[in-house]
Formats: sequence, C-alpha cells, structure tokens
Amino acid sequence: MADNVKPRVRVPRSAAAGEAFEIKTLISHKMESGQRKDSDGNPIPRSIINHFSCDFNGENVIQAALEGAISTNPYIQFEASIEESGTFTFTWQDDDGSEYTDSKDIAVG
Amino acid sequence: MQFTRRDTLVMGAGAAVATFMPLQVFADATDDVSAEFAMGETITDGGVEITAPEIAENGNTVPISVNAPGAVAVLILATGNPSPKVIAFNFGPRAGASSASTRCRLAGTQDVVALAKMADGSVKRASATVKVTIGGCGG
Amino acid sequence: MKKFTLSAAVAATIAIFAGAASAESNSAVLTIDGQEITLRAAAPDYIDVDEVISGWSFRTAETQALQMDDFDNPGMIFVDQAIDDWNTVDGSEGKSCASCHTGGPEEFAGLRAELPRWDEAQGKVMNMEDYINLSRVEHMGAEPWKWAKPRMDAMVALISLQSRGMPINVAVDGPAADMWEAGRELYYTRVGQLDMACSNCHEDNYGVMIRADHLSQGQINGFPTYRLKNAKLNSTHARFSGCMKNIRAQPFAVGSDEFRALELYVASRGNGLSVEGPSVRN
Repeated sequence: MADNVKPRVRVPRSAAAGEAFEIKTLISHKMESGQRKDSDGNPIPRSIINHFSCDFNGENVIQAALEGAISTNPYIQFEASIEESGTFTFTWQDDDGSEYTDSKDIAVG
Repeated sequence: MQFTRRDTLVMGAGAAVATFMPLQVFADATDDVSAEFAMGETITDGGVEITAPEIAENGNTVPISVNAPGAVAVLILATGNPSPKVIAFNFGPRAGASSASTRCRLAGTQDVVALAKMADGSVKRASATVKVTIGGCGG
Repeated sequence: MKKFTLSAAVAATIAIFAGAASAESNSAVLTIDGQEITLRAAAPDYIDVDEVISGWSFRTAETQALQMDDFDNPGMIFVDQAIDDWNTVDGSEGKSCASCHTGGPEEFAGLRAELPRWDEAQGKVMNMEDYINLSRVEHMGAEPWKWAKPRMDAMVALISLQSRGMPINVAVDGPAADMWEAGRELYYTRVGQLDMACSNCHEDNYGVMIRADHLSQGQINGFPTYRLKNAKLNSTHARFSGCMKNIRAQPFAVGSDEFRALELYVASRGNGLSVEGPSVRN
C-alpha cells in the first residue's frame, strides 16, 4: 500500500429527490506515471490509482478508468441524482492491489 | 566570456525543458484509441463540451471538464502526451448528469479531446487547445 | 565585465516578456468558506513599495480557483494528515499533541500571524517549526522533525490554518531588530551566477513576466503553499532555497541563521496581508 493515502469526499448532507447535485472527491496519491526515469536513467515503474467508482445504495453513479496522465492527488468531480436516503460508497483501486474506500450518508426530503 | 541574450534564454530554457517530455505529435496513437472507443461508429463533432484553460500555468495540474448530455461514457485524450488516454468515465443509473471534471498532466501545448458515446452508440467529439507554459521560477 | 554582461542579459530577458504580462487581479478581498482574505494592503513604511499584494493575485484564474474552496485545495489533504499526527502518541512521555492541547489546533489561532517572533523564555526568535519541535522534544519526549519535510510542513499548515484571515503582524523592533536587519541585508544582496537579489524580482519587477512566469512580490503569508509544480506543500525555507538555485547561487541550509533572518524580514514585508496558508501556487 502506497504511503499516506487519504481519501476526501464532499457530499451534501441532504438533497431533493431526483435533483442533480455535485460530489467532489480527492485522494492523496503520488500517481507515478511510468513515464519518468530515475537519476540513473532507469524507468520508474508506474504506480497509480487506476480505477474509481461511486455507488449509491448498490447502484452505480460513475466509474472512472484513470491513466498515468491524471495529476498527483487525483481529483474527480461529478453529479449524482437519487430518490431516497442512503449511503454513497467510494472506492479507489491502486496498481499495487490496494483498495481505499470512504462512505457518506445523505438524507432525501 | 560574453553571454548574449539568446545564450541566456537558451540556458534558462534548457533547465526547464529538461523536466518536460519532448513535445511531439502523437496523432497515430490518438487515432487508434479513438477508433477503439468508437467501435466502428463515425465520430461527429458537437454534442459534447470540453472545458480547459487556454493557458495552463503548470502542465502538472490542468483542470479539465466534460459535459455530454445523454452520453453513457466519455473518454478524454491528450493528443500530445506520450500516451494519449487520460481518463474514461462511465455514467451509471444514479449519475445526475453526463458530466465530470478532473485534473491532468499535459506534456506540452496540445489539443485535448473528449469523445462521448451516446445511448444509441453514436460517438461525438470536441476538442480544446491548451497552451502549457514553461515557467520561469514558478514552472 | 562578465558580471555586467550577465546581469544585462537577465534584465533583457525580463524586459522581453514584460509585454506579455497578464494583468494581475485587482480584487482586494478573497473569500474562502466565509473567511475574508486581504489580497492588497497599504505597505508598511519600511519597505519600498506602495502596496503589498498577495501572491494569489498574480496567478491565473484556474490556479486561483484551487484556493477558493477548501475542498478543491489539495493542500488540505496534508492538513488532514497533520490532524492524524496531532492525535498520534509519540515519544517517551506517551503523549500526542492532543494530550496537552485539549482545545485542539484551534488553541493556536493567531500564532501564525506573529511568526517569526522573539520568545523571551527561549531567548531567541522562534518560528513555527521551532515551536513544533520544542513541544515534540520537551513535552512528548519525541524526536524533533526535520524541517521542510512532509510531516513538518503538514503540521505547520494545520496550525497556520487556525489563523487564516488574520492580518500578518510580525514585530520588526525590540529584541528581533538585529535579526530583522540581517534579513533585510540578505534581501538586497546580489548573489549567484546571475548576480541577483530577492529585490530584483520581487520588489523591482513584480507584476512582469520572467519568461512564462508572472512575478509576484514573493510574499510568504500563504506558506506553506501547495505548488502545482511538485504537488506537495512547500515550506518558506524550501522556497528560498529554490529561488537561490534559480539564480544559480549556493542556497543557505534550510533552518540556517541566514534563512531564519530572511524569513523574519520577508514575513514583515507582508504585514497587513492575511494568513493564507495553505495557499495554492504554480
């Protein structure tokens, strides 16, 4: 597991049924692209978050396949729309097999 | 030893350029990736918006947004990067809009492209040019 | 003669790009999550500019936007990491920061605005890193943290954040006066292969372009600052070191007497601006 990986997500505490609202996510990760070389000229192996997904009560909101061109500390912002209260779950997958998760509850009404 | 203005410019620029990938056009790679995403459909312009700064202060962190009403998936490409794929989004049933934003690395001044796959399988395209400045002390 | 031609070349470089300068933002106040940040203020009488201007004003709209919302500010990731450290027991006394500072980091509201400052009990000018290590060593029995390293920079950011929006108010007189004077001397001393002083860029030429970079006043009220360039928090001394390398000088050591003096002087040049840290810059 990469050092000091820490997810941050921002979800409103409540929302109106069927109305789109914004979700922001950020995770600390070096996102080593695989394109760089060390001081001896050897390629530095790729080590990135390669996949992100957000689900709500078991239904998918968004999935993202990240490449080495995504900046250090990957940021993803998107919109969700829900009909009932529940829980958002967020999952980031690391090249090294680690998985980082976070979740947020939201009330409708 | 006399330094001309040009020498000084080159000397300073060399130090900064060394940290960037050489700027080339990777047109073939972009075409291949686009064709793979389109799965045989013709790509047409319009129906998708891509928002990116005209001038990026640092190529390490360039904000990019896409908005493609009705799209089920969006692929963002950086045509001048050594590997053009940046990120692919798939919108699920609980997505509030077919839009998303992220921050990406651009190896130099280039076009960024958004391809959007619509529910009927058709593929839309939009692009934006981003100038990446090679900074003085900041870059 | 060599020195003369080099300096002339640098001046020409700056002049060439001056024409391409983007106008700096004129707004006087930035609001972040309801906190007002003063971006422009009347300059203290001991410096040779009319107005002190936050480095935020010199950045592009996209970079500025990253600091306008704490969620968008990647520097806040490191503040979160520092909160973990704040609550982590370390050292022979079995204590964390939280063991003594039961009011949380909020106890330090106002501290960042006055640093560096003379501390009578310590008999020297102290800055944030000194206070953090004093607490670690004397109260926790823990190893001091190295300066300009991630854990230290993150803790400096967490404590700085408690003073965000407060006006920088660094004392330039009293027992700190000699050190301040030494800092001023350094600020105006030309060094390095390019034979430049801090003042050549940050006093004489702020607002113009140095190649593709829009020169700021070199204010440090926003430190530690998250830089897009290296995607991490940067300390004041690390930035001084970077500046000295850019002018092809041998940098003083991080934590050295020279950089301590320079920090005191440069901090005082921002009196009237707000504590901004962690800010976002290019």
